[in-house]
Amino acid sequence: MPFRRSLIATSLALLAASPTYGQQSENTVRFAYGQSLENPNPYFTTLRLGVILGRNVWDTLVTRDLETGEFAPLLATEWQWIDETTLEMSLREGVSFHDGSSFEAEDVVATLSYVADPDNRIVSQQVASWIESVEQVDEYTVLIHTAGPAPSAMEFLSTQLAIFPAEYFTGPVGESDAPLPVGTGPFQYTEYTPGGDIVLSRFADYFATDAKGAASLDRVVIRTVPDVQTQVAGMLSGELDFLIGLPRDQADQLGTLPSVNVESGETMRIVFLQINTTETGPNAALRDLRVRQALNYAIDKEAISSNLVGEGSTPINAVCFIDQFGCTEEGITAYPYDPERARELLAEAGYADGLTIELAAYRDRNLSEAIINYLGEVGVTVTLNYLQPAALRDGMRAHTTELVQMAWGSYSIYDLSASTPVYYGGQPDDNNMDPDLIAILDQTAQTTDPEIRAGLFQQALARIADQAYAVPMFSLPIYYAGAEGLRYETYPDEILRFWNYGWE
Amino acid sequence: MLIYLSKRLGLSVLVALFASILAFSLLRLQGNAASALAGEGARPEDIALIIQTYGLDRPLVVQYLSWLGDVLQGDFGTSYFFRSPVADLILAKVGNTVILALASLSIALCLAIPLGVLAAVYSGTWIDRICVLISLMGQALPSFFLALCLIMVFAIKLRWLPASGDASWRHFVLPALTLGYYITPPFMRLVRAGMIDALGNDYVRTARAKGLPGYRVVTKHALRNALVPVVGLVAVQLGLLIGGSVVIESIFALDGLGYLAYQSIGYRDFPVLQAVVLLLAVVYVVLVLLADLVNAWIDPRLRVS
Repeated sequence: MPFRRSLIATSLALLAASPTYGQQSENTVRFAYGQSLENPNPYFTTLRLGVILGRNVWDTLVTRDLETGEFAPLLATEWQWIDETTLEMSLREGVSFHDGSSFEAEDVVATLSYVADPDNRIVSQQVASWIESVEQVDEYTVLIHTAGPAPSAMEFLSTQLAIFPAEYFTGPVGESDAPLPVGTGPFQYTEYTPGGDIVLSRFADYFATDAKGAASLDRVVIRTVPDVQTQVAGMLSGELDFLIGLPRDQADQLGTLPSVNVESGETMRIVFLQINTTETGPNAALRDLRVRQALNYAIDKEAISSNLVGEGSTPINAVCFIDQFGCTEEGITAYPYDPERARELLAEAGYADGLTIELAAYRDRNLSEAIINYLGEVGVTVTLNYLQPAALRDGMRAHTTELVQMAWGSYSIYDLSASTPVYYGGQPDDNNMDPDLIAILDQTAQTTDPEIRAGLFQQALARIADQAYAVPMFSLPIYYAGAEGLRYETYPDEILRFWNYGWE
Repeated sequence: MLIYLSKRLGLSVLVALFASILAFSLLRLQGNAASALAGEGARPEDIALIIQTYGLDRPLVVQYLSWLGDVLQGDFGTSYFFRSPVADLILAKVGNTVILALASLSIALCLAIPLGVLAAVYSGTWIDRICVLISLMGQALPSFFLALCLIMVFAIKLRWLPASGDASWRHFVLPALTLGYYITPPFMRLVRAGMIDALGNDYVRTARAKGLPGYRVVTKHALRNALVPVVGLVAVQLGLLIGGSVVIESIFALDGLGYLAYQSIGYRDFPVLQAVVLLLAVVYVVLVLLADLVNAWIDPRLRVS
């Protein structure tokens, strides 16, 4: 609503000289999130806030060192694959849960066995479905047995598999007798009501490592504020200290104020156009390679990235985020902006007089409009079908969509297994069903050898580009706003590491 | 009176039942609840699990009858999204909404009665026109616009009141002002029309002839009569306020029933939405029934007809 935005813009002008009161004195950060958390347990929410709390309140067995990109010890100090399906992990001693109990092997066995059991219905089954069983060797050693080769095991162990006390779960769907969830992380829950405020406080007995330090803030208050304008107003009136996911125009306006520190950070979320080439697909023209190549040549992704999306966005030629394991642009066919070539290809394919395609999208409508304009320039008439995410996905899975504008965040997982096989490996979202591609991607799941996997992913990405199954666009940035004096860091995985935050 | 009462009661139950059927069918038309609930990147297994857990694959009539059966036994089901009993969720949030509705209504009456009286007493003059203009603006301004203006002035610039939340009475001031001003016009018009009518009556002329001071004639004789229809409107507007606070509760992040409904729409949380719609229908029906009964009690002609 541009009108509402201009109202806030006016208030920004009014406020330019006003002071902002932070929460330095209370050493607290008040953070606004647009949606209510339906469940304080990260295994039972689909919201990103759940993932963020998962990292702040809990620990995983290992973590990823953001400096080196390597896995680093956390609750486990050492680990090794004994054979292709057995991972041995030695656990850290002297770690306490928030309720005072000590962390031991039985907690790992209980948690992982609980989440791997489909009857307990965690919301994202793939996180733990690779675990066949977990065995306690001694008080501080466990063996994790996998159902087959599990190349993503370390990814899930370092991101999503938070460890709870052994006696925490008393029934399915996260049932527990404990009044508040318990972890070992740098913050602990102090308050939670469904739809209401969430209050975290610093866990004084936190074991700190180089990769994950102790918190310096005393409290983090998370408030649900659905309206972005109200969030901005809260920031300006000193009721809030930290916002994420601001629209670019609001971030730009806020950035002009000395009392607010606005940052844009690149994320793992990539935008690409998925092209339905299946036999049952509604648009036969898309089964012609030349048409797909023309779509690639027709769109100036560099211009959209720099002019429309802004700082923190990088154009991509392979359908992946460059920091992910397996993602590479080496040997990948790139399609530079060349509308003339696009017109030639369309003419060769028999569409010299034009062509009509439906574009389905569920977010970033301004990007859809730009894409439509670029395609219009080369004679492709695009009708936009703007849908709810769930409806779009249902269409994709039924293969009834033509061109889909996707924005995929890979569940914040730094491995291509969370992205390429989802869209090209024969899974339900695959709109090409290319048997050769599926065969290559199947092999990536059959081995844990990094070199072999990287080679296979490179082959897959090259085939996607050669066949022009997609139009890779760019990575998306996210805008953050912090009150003056608040020290915060941004990461591509969009995880807010509150333990690194502090007041100047 | 008894026949009248039973007729009205029967009609009220039918209205509530019809509202629940309508809500149930319209919500189902919205699309696949399981897919919306499963969230981004959900796999077919995740969606199938949700369908199976909540019995969403059963025929619609069966789903409705099973829901209605549970409701009649006092069980509103479990929220798909929050996974807690719907009754608990509603009980936790209804308080904020009722406080907001009552505060808004008080503000509306405090504005509408003096403005209406002034406009009637000085009918046709510039005072009348200003009063009408003030009240018309309430109707013409979109409530979200007024909300943002109030936030800009009182929260951002002056910093007297908070922009969002529900932690203290201060958090209710701006939303109540917004909603109160929004519903002022109908009250004001009713008071003005009633007063103009009353002021032209014989008993007012008699009161004036007795030499009573002007303010006593207005407040004691004319206003009393002019306020009778306002009672009926209070009932209807209270129902509207309890159901119509979705936008305002969302803007001010006030954790009430309207905000719960807003979230539940996004997540296709059918049990919560059905319960909220049913509750609002019942509140409406009860308030209108009460207003009818009061009117019938005051005016026996209504009972006969």
